[in-house]
Amino acid sequence: MAYSNKVIDHYEHPRNVGSLDKGDASVGTGIVGAPACGDVMKLQIKVENGVITDAKFKTYGCGSAIASSSLVTEWVKGMSVDQAMQIKNSQIAEELSLPPVKIHCSVLAEDAIKAAIRDFQQKQGAPGSEGESKH
Amino acid sequence: MTDTKRPIYLDYAATCPVDPRVLEAMLPYFSDRYGNAASRTHVFGWQAEEAVEAARREIATSLNADPKEITFTSGATESNNLAIKGVVEYLAETGKKHIVTAVTEHKAVLDTCKHLERHGCEVTYLPVAVDGRITPEQVAAALRPDTAIVSLMFANNETGVLHPITEIGAACRAAGVLFHTDAVQAFGKIPVDVEAMNIDLASLSAHKLYGPKGVGALYIRRRKPRVRIAPQIHGGGHERGTRSGTLNVPGIVGFGYAAKLAREELASESARVFELREHLRRRLVTEIPHAIVNGSLEHRLPGTLNISFAYVEGESLLMGLKDIAVSSGSACTSASLEPSYVLRAMGLDDELAHSSLRITIGRFTTREELDFVADLIGREVARLRDMSPLWEMVQEGIDLRTIEWTPH
Repeated sequence: MAYSNKVIDHYEHPRNVGSLDKGDASVGTGIVGAPACGDVMKLQIKVENGVITDAKFKTYGCGSAIASSSLVTEWVKGMSVDQAMQIKNSQIAEELSLPPVKIHCSVLAEDAIKAAIRDFQQKQGAPGSEGESKH
Repeated sequence: MTDTKRPIYLDYAATCPVDPRVLEAMLPYFSDRYGNAASRTHVFGWQAEEAVEAARREIATSLNADPKEITFTSGATESNNLAIKGVVEYLAETGKKHIVTAVTEHKAVLDTCKHLERHGCEVTYLPVAVDGRITPEQVAAALRPDTAIVSLMFANNETGVLHPITEIGAACRAAGVLFHTDAVQAFGKIPVDVEAMNIDLASLSAHKLYGPKGVGALYIRRRKPRVRIAPQIHGGGHERGTRSGTLNVPGIVGFGYAAKLAREELASESARVFELREHLRRRLVTEIPHAIVNGSLEHRLPGTLNISFAYVEGESLLMGLKDIAVSSGSACTSASLEPSYVLRAMGLDDELAHSSLRITIGRFTTREELDFVADLIGREVARLRDMSPLWEMVQEGIDLRTIEWTPH
């Protein structure tokens, strides 16, 4: 299969690989996918004053899945939570020139950022839990 | 190799380069001796027929068979179709409509069986053990009075695992049921003896033993028992009416010569290839944690290694291994996203089935190449695990089976 240059670039030089402290109240964690399906994405955001100041990912999956999650971490940095919520899988697919069989990778990346935001918002909605691990 | 940009070829189970000696033997039959082997009226035809019969003798000798028992085809897919459909059609009037095969067979057998199911046959798909093997007892227990044929592969194309063919053949013989084996991966690499192993029909392919693509054969036993099949391609009555169509003379010449070379070099070459594979296997399993060989190690082709690197997805690994040509057990490159049905049938966890590589070593593989490959795989697996959330969870002591995933 031929990969686009952008997919290859993200695969060979992934941006923002790593983990943030999931117990930190300013950190939202989204884990989506399943090993049985061949891809699992973990995407984390750090939010300060409503703005995403850091993002990290780890992905088990094909090159397009790795590239989709890497790209999303680049995009969300500096965005407000509301802006990040608006990211569409079609934008990811277009940017990376994903072929039709790899569209699900971009869907997963959109799901991952939404899951991370929801996790962050839940932590904020429960102020008493600040600083405590939810896991 | 002068072309350093080309990947190292380690996919000999998919196909082989034509051996230069084989190519040389074929060339005159494209240009100089271009006759139709069915032309009886001139020297062009006689030359071609003579060359075809010489090739038939080489293949028969390699199988311990009679040349009359060899029917040339376009390849093993056609041979498998001809064997199973041909036997079932011939026996249809006797009421024998049951077929026994296994879940790990090649699609050329499975899809042929599925087709016959739609036309009134019943098929038993035997499950395999975790080592990928079928037992003769399983086969014997599956036989019925109306069983027409048992079709089980000699060596699996994905794992290289060998079934106990001799004992399975004996079980079929004792019950009076015909035994077909898809011997594509085994022929030319390990001994295949149709007499000693009680084989009634065997599918062969030239390009898996350094011959050309587009030519294969079906061994059809003529004595004790005499196997009769209904032809599936009709026409000029070539191949004693079993398979019509002008013979692919250069291809058949190449097939015959490739079979001869493989037979003459089998002992030394299989030992050399086995030693190379074991060198690679030992390096991978000792240097990379959670590297798991799939299928029986003891009952296996010398050159085939199917290995999973847990917590790394196969397609992403292949992408990092662009300097080597290997095959992934997972079919993610297609639209289906299905991990290998062969590995699944062996009971592998999905993530292991998604993480497998098939590495097949052959005639032109060197130890230096395999050392390069072991280094490269080690580096890439480590890099991808650093990127893998599953690896991170396992390092934290989390059992992945306790997590509620969100399948999509």
